[in-house]
Formats: sequence, structure tokens, C-alpha cells
Amino acid sequence: MTWWLLAGLLIGCYFFKVAGLFVAENSRLSPWADRFLSCLTPAVLSGLIIVQTFDFGGELAMGALTVGVATGAAAALLKAPLAVVLVVASATTAVTRLF
Amino acid sequence: MTVSEWLKATWTRQHQRDGFLLGLAVGIFGITFGVLSISAGLAEWQAVAMSLFMFTGASQFAAVGVIDAGGNPASALGTALRLAARNGAYALSVGKIMPPGKGRKLLAAQLVIDESSAMAQAQPTLREAQEAFWTTGLSVFVFWNLGTLIGVLVGGIIGDPMVWGLDAAFPAAFFALLLPHLNKREKRRSAFIGAAIAMVAIPVLPSGLPVVLAGFGAVVGARARTKRQGQN
Repeated sequence: MTWWLLAGLLIGCYFFKVAGLFVAENSRLSPWADRFLSCLTPAVLSGLIIVQTFDFGGELAMGALTVGVATGAAAALLKAPLAVVLVVASATTAVTRLF
Repeated sequence: MTVSEWLKATWTRQHQRDGFLLGLAVGIFGITFGVLSISAGLAEWQAVAMSLFMFTGASQFAAVGVIDAGGNPASALGTALRLAARNGAYALSVGKIMPPGKGRKLLAAQLVIDESSAMAQAQPTLREAQEAFWTTGLSVFVFWNLGTLIGVLVGGIIGDPMVWGLDAAFPAAFFALLLPHLNKREKRRSAFIGAAIAMVAIPVLPSGLPVVLAGFGAVVGARARTKRQGQN
């Protein structure tokens, strides 16, 4: 790995994190912006869930992974503790992959 | 407070325990990252530096993947940064719960990732949100780096985490952490629109961008409430 790639990766990744924190601090927030920020994580997180569940190399698809996530999500809906959700999702995926 | 008292105090509180567990699960992927880095031809110190200073798993895997496939460095950088961009969105959101202080913020910034942000946002009070952020962030940081070290120095000691189905653990956990939000109208709307945007974007946009774009769900979600209030 060339030095400039490594440097770019280290600096670039930190940049996003630190920029976000300081922008949030230094802006005096209107009520709308305040609501927007509190909605931002739910919006991004649900996008991430979709990607991690249905994105198979740039194609929308389903597989053992999808089955496992759905089962884990069902456990979450039944108010299972997070540890149980983790185990149920993993175990279901692992077993489904056997077939 | 002795160490065992501290451990007990941490373990008996749900958000602390959950943060610890998430870190442990991430650590297993850290081992995989270390192993992949070496097989992609990275020096040991490079893999370790990536986990310490990039500290965002998706970008690290993507960069190493491009290198391993013989892709050029510019495309490795581009792919990794697209995936890292969502941390900027989390940071905007997490910034609200951070106490002031520049030094602490520079440190906290490094810990802004999927797991810590999701855990912080799921908490009902400011205090618990802060605790969840730090516990989760530090736990993931320690285990991710520990895992990387093991992968680099020892190799894959527990096999492929995919065989264990661990790749399903994170989206399921994030779903569990999203649930407390869904009872609030504007957050529910933001989450649904974010999910829809990601669905549409996955086949057409390069990796990383669907998640960032999902953030626009918050624009619509927050706006909907304003409109309704205006009518009152």
C-alpha cells in the first residue's frame, strides 16, 4: 500500500467524523435543524440496515443473511435483549447457510 | 472503586452491557480484517495503523479489498471515503449530546461509528446516551484493534465469521436499536424514507452512497412535522 493512499485513508476518515462534530457544535440551531439532526441517525441507520441486509454486491437480493436478519429483527420486536438478537440473527444465518 | 466493582456496575446496566457485547462481536471481524490485510500484501504496521486511525470497518475492508483485487489506489481511496462519509452524518447527530470541550471532542470524533451512534441514539436520557456512546465506542475500538493485532500476528483463529452468520448480527442489532425511535412520528417517517431511498439507490449507485443518501429521509421527516405545526 503506497504511503499516500494510507495517509489519505487515515486523514479522510477522521475528517468526516471531526467535521460533523464541530459543525454540529458551531451552528446555532433552529428548531427545524434540531429536529433534522435528531432524525438523521434513524434515517441513516435504516438505510444501513437495508444495505447490510439486501445489498449483494450492488444488487438487491435475498439470501441466508436476509433470513437471519429478519429472524433477529423478529426477536427484537418481541423485546428480546440485544445479546439474544445478536445470537438469534447469527445462528439463523449460519444454519440457513448449511442448506 | 475496585476493578471488580466497576465491572459489576457496568455489567448490570443494560446499555453498558450491550455496548460491550457489540464491541466483542466487532472484534471478531477485526481478526478477519487483519488476516485479509496481510493476504492483500499490506505490511503488519499498515493494517494496525488503519484500525487505529481510520477506525471504520466498512471503509477498511473496502480499501483492502480493492488493493487485493489489483485495483488502483485512487479507487481504493474513493470507495473507502464514500463508505466513511456516513460517519459525518452520525457526528452531526451525536454532536448534540457531546459536552463542550475541544480536546474531548477530538477524541470522541474518532469513536463516531455505526455502533456507538446507534447505541447513543437509542437511549432515553442524555446521560445514558453519553454513557452508551463512550462505552460502545471504546469497546468497539479496543476489540477491533485487538482483533486486528491477532489477525495480523496470529492469523484467523476462529475461522470465517460468515460461517457463524455474524454478518447478520449487526443489521439485526441496528434494527433493535432503531425500534425505540419508531414511536415518534418524525423519526418513524425519517427511518422509512431513509430505507426506501437506500432500496432504490443500491442497484444504481456505488457502495457507500445509498447509506449517505438515506440521510435525506431526515429532511422529509423533520419537514413533515414543521408543516403540521404550521397548520395548528
